Amino acid sequence: MSDEILDEITGSEYKYGFTTDIESDTVPPGLNEDVIRMISAKKNEPEWMLEWRLDAFRTWLEMTEPEWHNVTYEKPDFQAVSYYSAPKQKKTLDSLDEVDPELLRTFEKLGISLDEQKRLSGVAMDVVVDSVSVATTFKATLAEKGIIFCSMSEAIQEHPELVRKHLGTVVPKRDNFYAALNSAVFTDGSFCYIPKGVKCPMELSTYFRINEAGTGQFERTLLIADEGSYVSYLEGCTAPQRDENQLHAAVVELVAMDDAEIKYSTVQNWYPGDAQGKGGVFNFVTKRGICERNAKISWTQVETGSAVTWKYPSCILKGDNSIGEFYSVAVTNKYQQADTGTKMIHLGKNTKSTIISKGISAGHSHNSYRGLVRVGARAENARNFSQCDSLLMGDQCGAHTFPYIEAQHPTAQIEHEATTSKIGEDQLFYCNQRGIGTEEAIALIVNGYCKEVLNQLPMEFAVEAQKLLEVSLEGSVG
Amino acid sequence: MIKIKDLQARVEEKEILKGINLEIKPGEVHAIMGPNGSGKSTLSNVIAGREDYEVTGGSIDFEGEDLMDLDPEERAHKGIFLSFQYPVEIPGVTVSNFIKTAINESRKGRGEEPMEAREMLAKMREKTALLEMDKSYLSRSMNEGFSGGEKKRNEIFQMAMLEPKLAILDETDSGLDIDALRIVANGVNKLRSKDNAVLVITHYQRLLDYIEPDFVHVLYNGKIVKSGDKSLALELEEKGYDWIKAENA
Repeated sequence: MSDEILDEITGSEYKYGFTTDIESDTVPPGLNEDVIRMISAKKNEPEWMLEWRLDAFRTWLEMTEPEWHNVTYEKPDFQAVSYYSAPKQKKTLDSLDEVDPELLRTFEKLGISLDEQKRLSGVAMDVVVDSVSVATTFKATLAEKGIIFCSMSEAIQEHPELVRKHLGTVVPKRDNFYAALNSAVFTDGSFCYIPKGVKCPMELSTYFRINEAGTGQFERTLLIADEGSYVSYLEGCTAPQRDENQLHAAVVELVAMDDAEIKYSTVQNWYPGDAQGKGGVFNFVTKRGICERNAKISWTQVETGSAVTWKYPSCILKGDNSIGEFYSVAVTNKYQQADTGTKMIHLGKNTKSTIISKGISAGHSHNSYRGLVRVGARAENARNFSQCDSLLMGDQCGAHTFPYIEAQHPTAQIEHEATTSKIGEDQLFYCNQRGIGTEEAIALIVNGYCKEVLNQLPMEFAVEAQKLLEVSLEGSVG
Repeated sequence: MIKIKDLQARVEEKEILKGINLEIKPGEVHAIMGPNGSGKSTLSNVIAGREDYEVTGGSIDFEGEDLMDLDPEERAHKGIFLSFQYPVEIPGVTVSNFIKTAINESRKGRGEEPMEAREMLAKMREKTALLEMDKSYLSRSMNEGFSGGEKKRNEIFQMAMLEPKLAILDETDSGLDIDALRIVANGVNKLRSKDNAVLVITHYQRLLDYIEPDFVHVLYNGKIVKSGDKSLALELEEKGYDWIKAENA
């Protein structure tokens, strides 16, 4: 019986499948130095930025696409992708009233009314639709504290010294194939700087959304928390339905200086492909943060979307006493494939890291946890605790765990715990007997299973994530 | 309230129930006793609608409705409650969240509005007090790390919250020490009324000292072979199940 129900539940259609009809300014498909010059020119970039991009492009040309991950897919044709797409809105906007009403409707469909967000939750939003920021809010409040929160394009114009100093320091251009590609062609993204000793008074939030059929999106995010500062950053994504695969190769760099703390939370819900595994977003992301002395970086992610995910938010614990955390829920369904985890690189003394990973596989999907804990030769008293749990729904899916541990210091303490479980018939019957139908029971059990991770999310995001888990695993039935 | 007629059921090709007849009226407490393997737990699971049990004959009528067409959750919405012999753990789901979901899903199933948060809270307080449970119970994960006694108490707590018409207590006394037994029985007794009924399934007569039955039935080899009043339980205690086995050999 539960097989049928699971089939029904896991067969639910993507609810956010729609395309917004906005005129776009798109460059023809293909990638060469001229395209990069064109992107840079369209964005009025300074010469150093163009050179940086060209250097990345030349590096990329010499690299090959990685094949070590536990996913299979048809490799994208990089010459068939259009590398720049911006809604045709030339002038700068002062308020939401000036935003294309069609765009605003898109956000409403997603339940992200900017007005609501502004009024109710006190969240400042830097909204990115197909690469160009169209609305930035709460700037004044942030400016009072000296906080810079803007699009990457704007930062390149307005704060070139900060961008130039930090861009590519955490994820170098040649780090990996997709990071190099991103460095060459990134069109926009978010930039954030928190000055010394400042606690950012609100959650900073960006909603990304791929909108133009056939365009890849290459965001670049750079977040710098100066000494003794604190910031909590939220990133959420949904994408409209389409047939051909879409490439999404973002780079996120976090810099946490001495005594600083960064909380980075993501809810990812790109289009996963249809019930037969056709279409869907390829999500090849490089996210990494560096911690100086006594600094702390926490990554929290709820991943439910994309056809193929390749993502390892990592921490370089460079400074003594620094702390890295990774809390993850990854749901795969239908024919989705995810290879995700983290790297904790302990370089400083007394560094600590925690990894809590919860994988949920349903349908015909494959869900892999891949994690590296490395303790360097000078990292005295480094400690790590990892817990990797897998939950299987049905008998057509797979869960895999690839933990790597490298300890070069004798005082290292590394703990790894792993469990695999199935939602049991007896759990479902128990819930049923109390009047809870099977769909609700699955939602309840899954939310309980993910609780340790969901608890890490800011309140309003946790509610959204919980809803997303239910949508991903339940049918539209009921 | 419930009329069971010539009920036959099997599990994986094995005949377990071979023609059960039983009628329970509102306000009554019935006890079913029997040796291991006689079909006691099968009967409670079949009434609750567990899928692994295949009903091959007979009928169960609950308040004029044929239960066979209903899913387990629909039976629960109608007011059937089963206290499990082995309650299941649900990690990360608190007792309060679970019972809140159960109550509101049952209400939804009956076309009623969800219970007000304040009413829910007051009710939880009242029922935890009734079962002498510490309030910290409510924020613990369902049955995770619970002792045997705590699990059983949690079952009766849920029963108290859900206020079923028919409560089936499947071996609720197993794993309970004498104090816990008294508390659980006391809880059940306080919940008895002229409108609801209780079916106690037990191996020993011990629980029946605390929850006094109006009728006692002896289940043996898939059939009710003897029925009587409370004195039957005492007789069983004295003579042992061999007496029944000899009579039905």
